[in-house]
Amino acid sequence: MAETPQEAVQLKGIPQETFQALQERFPEAVQPARYEGALVPAEKIVEVVRFLRDELGYIFLSNLTATDYLDVKGVEPHIDVVYHLFRMQGGYAALHVEIPREIGKAHLPSVTSLFPSAMLQEREVYDMFGVKFDGHPDLRRLLMWEGFDGYPLRKDWKEVYYEGETKPYRSRYPKGGHPIYAEELSPLKDNIRYPEGWSPQAWDYDEADRLLYERMLSAHRDPDKPLKTDEMIINFGPHHPSTHGVFRMAVRLDGETVRHLEPVFGYLHRNHEKIGERNTWIQNIPFTDRLDYINGMTNNWAYIVALEKLLGWEVPERAEYIRVIVGEFSRIVNHMLAAGFFSNELGLYFTGSLYALEEREHILDLFEALSGARMMFNYMRPGGVRYDLPEGWLEKAKALAYERIPRKVEQMAHFLLDNDVVKARTMGVGVLPPDVAIASGITGPVLRASGVAYDIRRAEPYSLYDQLDFDVAVRTHGDAYDRLAIRFDEIWQSLRILRQVLENIPEGPIVAKKPSHRLKVPAGETYGRIEAPKGELGFYLVSLGKFNPYRYHIRSTSLLNLTALSDMTRGLKVADIVTVLGSIDLTMGEVDR
Amino acid sequence: MRDVENLPEIPPELQGTVKLTTFDQLFAWARKRSLWPMLFGLACCAFEMIAAAASRYDIARFGMEIMRPSPRQADLLIVSGTVTKKMAPQVVRLYNQMPEPKYVIAMGACAISGGPFKEGYAVVSGVDKLLPVDVYIPGCPPRPEALIHAFLALHARFEHERIRDIKAYQKGVDDGVPIPALGPDLVDWRRFEPLMEAAGEKEAVHG
Amino acid sequence: MYGFGVLKTLGIAFYHFVLTYVDDVKMGFGKRYTPEHLPERQGVEGRGIYTVRYPKERLPLPERSRNHPFLVYIEETGKLKCTACGICAQACPVQCIWIERAKDPETGKPLSYPAAFHIDQGLCIGCGMCAEFCPFDSIKMDIEYENASYTRPGFVGIEELKKPESYHAKIHPTDYAREMEEKRLKEERKRKAAAAKAAKAKAAAAKKEAAKRPPDKTS
Repeated sequence: MAETPQEAVQLKGIPQETFQALQERFPEAVQPARYEGALVPAEKIVEVVRFLRDELGYIFLSNLTATDYLDVKGVEPHIDVVYHLFRMQGGYAALHVEIPREIGKAHLPSVTSLFPSAMLQEREVYDMFGVKFDGHPDLRRLLMWEGFDGYPLRKDWKEVYYEGETKPYRSRYPKGGHPIYAEELSPLKDNIRYPEGWSPQAWDYDEADRLLYERMLSAHRDPDKPLKTDEMIINFGPHHPSTHGVFRMAVRLDGETVRHLEPVFGYLHRNHEKIGERNTWIQNIPFTDRLDYINGMTNNWAYIVALEKLLGWEVPERAEYIRVIVGEFSRIVNHMLAAGFFSNELGLYFTGSLYALEEREHILDLFEALSGARMMFNYMRPGGVRYDLPEGWLEKAKALAYERIPRKVEQMAHFLLDNDVVKARTMGVGVLPPDVAIASGITGPVLRASGVAYDIRRAEPYSLYDQLDFDVAVRTHGDAYDRLAIRFDEIWQSLRILRQVLENIPEGPIVAKKPSHRLKVPAGETYGRIEAPKGELGFYLVSLGKFNPYRYHIRSTSLLNLTALSDMTRGLKVADIVTVLGSIDLTMGEVDR
Repeated sequence: MRDVENLPEIPPELQGTVKLTTFDQLFAWARKRSLWPMLFGLACCAFEMIAAAASRYDIARFGMEIMRPSPRQADLLIVSGTVTKKMAPQVVRLYNQMPEPKYVIAMGACAISGGPFKEGYAVVSGVDKLLPVDVYIPGCPPRPEALIHAFLALHARFEHERIRDIKAYQKGVDDGVPIPALGPDLVDWRRFEPLMEAAGEKEAVHG
Repeated sequence: MYGFGVLKTLGIAFYHFVLTYVDDVKMGFGKRYTPEHLPERQGVEGRGIYTVRYPKERLPLPERSRNHPFLVYIEETGKLKCTACGICAQACPVQCIWIERAKDPETGKPLSYPAAFHIDQGLCIGCGMCAEFCPFDSIKMDIEYENASYTRPGFVGIEELKKPESYHAKIHPTDYAREMEEKRLKEERKRKAAAAKAAKAKAAAAKKEAAKRPPDKTS
């Protein structure tokens, strides 16, 4: 990547030539950051990002998050906002902006004018850290509700059940006493805390949704509407059979036409990131299973890829093969379920999803024999995998991948793609143009259905993918039908990959060295990502050289894929909302984390 | 409404044509075979619930295949996943909208106690802090078989249940569970009951 | 032609419907639901009805299947294998293990078995970390999943958690064989080490003897 080797050693997280170009363009403003990437002053960030996008080809703002540095030896307390920008091919540029911690002073310019993908991510940083983004068109809290007390990911904000900075907690070794439930530790005997002097009568409970409704009423108004009809706001969810869980959309309707749609997040916000900062590195693996709970294997994998980057460990070949096998099986499960539930949402009732669930059971049987659990596999480990393949596993996997799944997938593809009703409901609905998709940070099948051949397995090959022979499936219309059809294309490619890896799996060790339960990771930071079935799943990890991560951020695919939902549904009929949402394929566990 | 043991004996010539039972038992028998769960997925466990409804485990064998998304047509709430503070008002509202007699199954570690996310800031420490729970299923997530086992446990419970004990058939007005609100943290009104009654705001909150 | 696709779709659904009867007719009604046919029905080749009639028949679980942990005790002595090192409590991601080391009542010295061992069953996520990192193979994952209860699951102590080693050998034959193999190797090593030590001691003694011998004989 870098031309001059002696400097490349010092510079991580940004290609050398990019850094030089930045330094030439912004002399004295850009410096190397502490661990990775370039440090940019807050007032210059929009210019730097524009320069990177327009002149150096960094067209994906993949990840935007922050870290709160407090009580770190040798570091002034500050909040570090980090941007990860990617080119179509090869390498990322990490930009850091350091801003003061104090609420009120913590603000920086928003990059939403350049990258709509920052829209939700900046809202998340505001929600979790209290950092204000000047110029953000709609700065509301994303995951918690308005009025929630405090900014949870700040290091000085402690939960009610807080017991210690790192696990294990001391109370797990009681000295001659009884163990007690966490509830007992809290003054209110529950996971609840109110600010001092708070009065339940004086509080305005409408505050939680006020900003949302203000936004709903004001956004995309058409003052020159020929017919002066009243518009109404309805809430779609959080309990609705077609929202894949607890997703809520506030919709402003004019008759049956959608004028504005605002997704509301946070109904499954389970504080993964705060808990992840207290877990040891290994303890985070079972937690990643619970992100996108359909694809536990690829979640494990994405975290392990990031962790191995920090550790610098090599992985034995057999382990890589096993990872590819389970990863591709996971992709098949995900895409079949996505197609199945999509048909369910279109009103085909359960037929499609029942066919998909049957194949899922077969693949879960494989996964259970391998890892011991049906959904929460906890299977990958830094430097390899947890278990070797059991006896007879390969034969069963081959029978599935060579014979049964192709047959079933073909049947299902006929069932859905040739169906006139499905075609009528999906063709031309929810069109996502490629430029909007890229700017909105959309990845995975949704992006590829818009005609962008961007697949991390090809763009930045990890594991074995540079040796494997497969095509990146692309469709060009970018409508709901293509987003459905591309999942079948991808299943065929996955089966092609499986044919290669199942035949050639070598013998050998499955783990380089067995990781200790208290693994120490060298200080540094990294952003590791893989092509999960739904798109780019990335983990941003900061290590201070201790047993636990200092910052553990999940770049969620499903959340970023929803950035353009509002634009995709504008002007459609209300029944098409479900079509568009179903074609995006989201898992709430990953959206809200 | 007599107990089964106290039923009069059937004369031998009528055995095979006449069967005596109690009203409670008849009611329980009918209810066992027509328990309608609500299609209410919260998190990971929802997928195991769906798997239980799909072709392999097929809860249609127990007369439960119709998963109704509307709470008004359901009498079993399977809390399948993490109840977050933001979701808590909706969970309680849905429960209140279900017709009596209604049952709640807490499926998985999250619904029981908050599970792996208990220590966090955004999760309710168990759905039983909000609703009365009938059956708990530990596991993360429990296998579909475990869910079916919980249904069987619930069925077993019906056999000992008497109609007069069911709250819905008793006198008096049932307000349901007060719906929590979102303040600086989750506000459970039962915690502030005396206070709210004094202020006369209880009705406003329940509506 | 419009409408043809719908017919095709209906055809696929009808095909699935017909398949549910094909095997029944082939095998004769009812025979298909015998336990011998369960693996076939659930296997990769299976067609038609896929249902496991759960309370009547059960899916065989793979050996690695895990739900909640249990403590292994040795039947002859009735003692737990656990040495109260506390690694399971350290490794547990949800911190649902509470462990207290036993103390000698007279001297106050810590002993190598637990005085109390509690697992919060309502918190445990069955990830298997405790069993994975236990250096003494004393905590293992149970395959039992029928745990539904009418009361909130909470702390369970040693009495509820302990299960005999034969049970562990029954549900985890491969793992148990590995343990036995390791034990055998360890004993062999020990024996060899002991033999080597004895030999060394003997040699040393011989040398000492030689050294003791008055050297002036040859000189």
